[in-house]
Amino acid sequence: MNSKFAKKYRYLAYLLIAPSIIIVTTFLIYPSLQSLYLSFFRSTPFGNRIIYVGFQNFQRLLTSPAYWNSLTRSIVFTAVTVFISIASALILAVVTNKKIKGAKIYKSLLIWPFAFSFAFSGIIWGVLMHPNVGIMSYYIQVLTTFEFNWINNGTAAFILIIIASSWRMLGYNFIFFIAALQNVSPELLEAADIDGASPVTKFWRITFPLISPITFFLLIMNTLQVFFLTFGVVDVLTQGGPARATDIVTYKLFRDAFLSMRTGYASAQSIILFVFVAVITIIQFKYAGEKVFYQ
Amino acid sequence: MKRKKSTTIFIHLFLIISVFLVSFPIIYAFMVSTLNINEVYSSPPKLQLGNNLINNYQEAWQRSNMGKLLFNSAFISIVTAVGKIALSISAAFVYFGNFPGKNILFIMILITHMLPLPIRIVPTYQLMDNLGWLDTYYALTIPFFASATGVLLFRQFYMTVPESLLEASLIDGITPLRFLWSILIPLSKSNIVALFTIEFIWVWNQYLWPLVTTNSARVRVVQIGLKMLIPSDAQPEWNVIMAALIIGVIPPLLVYLTLQKSLVEGFAMQQDK
Repeated sequence: MNSKFAKKYRYLAYLLIAPSIIIVTTFLIYPSLQSLYLSFFRSTPFGNRIIYVGFQNFQRLLTSPAYWNSLTRSIVFTAVTVFISIASALILAVVTNKKIKGAKIYKSLLIWPFAFSFAFSGIIWGVLMHPNVGIMSYYIQVLTTFEFNWINNGTAAFILIIIASSWRMLGYNFIFFIAALQNVSPELLEAADIDGASPVTKFWRITFPLISPITFFLLIMNTLQVFFLTFGVVDVLTQGGPARATDIVTYKLFRDAFLSMRTGYASAQSIILFVFVAVITIIQFKYAGEKVFYQ
Repeated sequence: MKRKKSTTIFIHLFLIISVFLVSFPIIYAFMVSTLNINEVYSSPPKLQLGNNLINNYQEAWQRSNMGKLLFNSAFISIVTAVGKIALSISAAFVYFGNFPGKNILFIMILITHMLPLPIRIVPTYQLMDNLGWLDTYYALTIPFFASATGVLLFRQFYMTVPESLLEASLIDGITPLRFLWSILIPLSKSNIVALFTIEFIWVWNQYLWPLVTTNSARVRVVQIGLKMLIPSDAQPEWNVIMAALIIGVIPPLLVYLTLQKSLVEGFAMQQDK
């Protein structure tokens, strides 16, 4: 690195990085440490005092069936949503990447769910599948006699939040796959064509290995996003119900922190969630290192 | 190599069905936004355009105070996106320098990836309370100014800039700041555009944080305003709600469409938390 720049402008370097460091320390690192601190305390009913309780919050959480319900449901919800949205986005990206007329139009029309928030996606799908007004739930019932009532039925509600979240994630993943596929050389695929490779062989032997870094990256990002950011879907639709069927971890955390005002108990949940992020991050660095960021 | 005609037809058929499935919810939302309330609750449900479009949109606009919602969302989205871009550009520029603590400072910024909001929501909320930032634009913007994505994106770009370019500029008496402003920033235009798009849509669609930190109509954003149109104890007027939803998704959609090209090109990045 240029030493002249380094010495003469050292103060400038600190000055330039300072704003980011201040923001990160004040609003991210410091509050996270405080979450850890608070997780060892219980607040009094009026919230004016906190009492040290050691590991009691964690103990309670890990022995609480409600919390295990929330944790398992979140994991299943995340796994299924991530699988559906990545698989369908990949298939669609590979197909639209072929030399066909109107590929651009197809692409634009497949990306637009990306502009919708999880909350908006939730509202739209909630109405589509609504037991009283929804066109989709109506025809599902006519065709299969199955009543898709997400207002009373936990399984239906759980399926609904998966569909709404997958739909939103599809657009996000599709953009990344399209960008990644642009780097797959057409010559390579043509050469394989001449050798008589079938489309399936071409995909698994050429395309997939070339885009596997981005697929891995999306797997990580999707897992974090679906796990942490789908709060809106649940809040606009089910508020965790019916019978806690959609009580995902972020929703439970929100209820305990801001509706029941149990700050210590909620902070302990934050720390458990941090363990989850840490595991994901370790996997990410172990298997992809920094490359995953830079592709 | 030429494909068989039947294969081409099959591909088009597959894509048309896929596009329909992906777009149908949006088309349906629009259709509902044109119906009157009796049509919404009629059985079997109607799949058609109604005559109530203007009424519903007027009603949605007035009932949700849409003008204010749109302004608030646009304001915080633009301010946050610009703030993130500015801070990322300058933090990443440090890449060119060599000074004690450089790596640890970079790692501090990258660590933000490991600290999504739910991990620190209680203390961050309390901090907002202590600062007197609850129910203000400050809470909705400033805590989000740092961006690991942005720093990585710009650092990655700076890596491709030949060092000789910087050296030559310094020898010519150009200051590093001048170099950043007149050479690097113009060169990273496509990255800036991509980051702006992502961050704008990202902030626009944020839900949990505005829900807990804002309460008054003064700073209420589109996402929360829309939720408030859904009553918990009465039959929701889905036609009016859908009208509000369509209005509320137009700005991020427009931002996205106008910047789509550069997004796909300059896209080698991820979303923040």
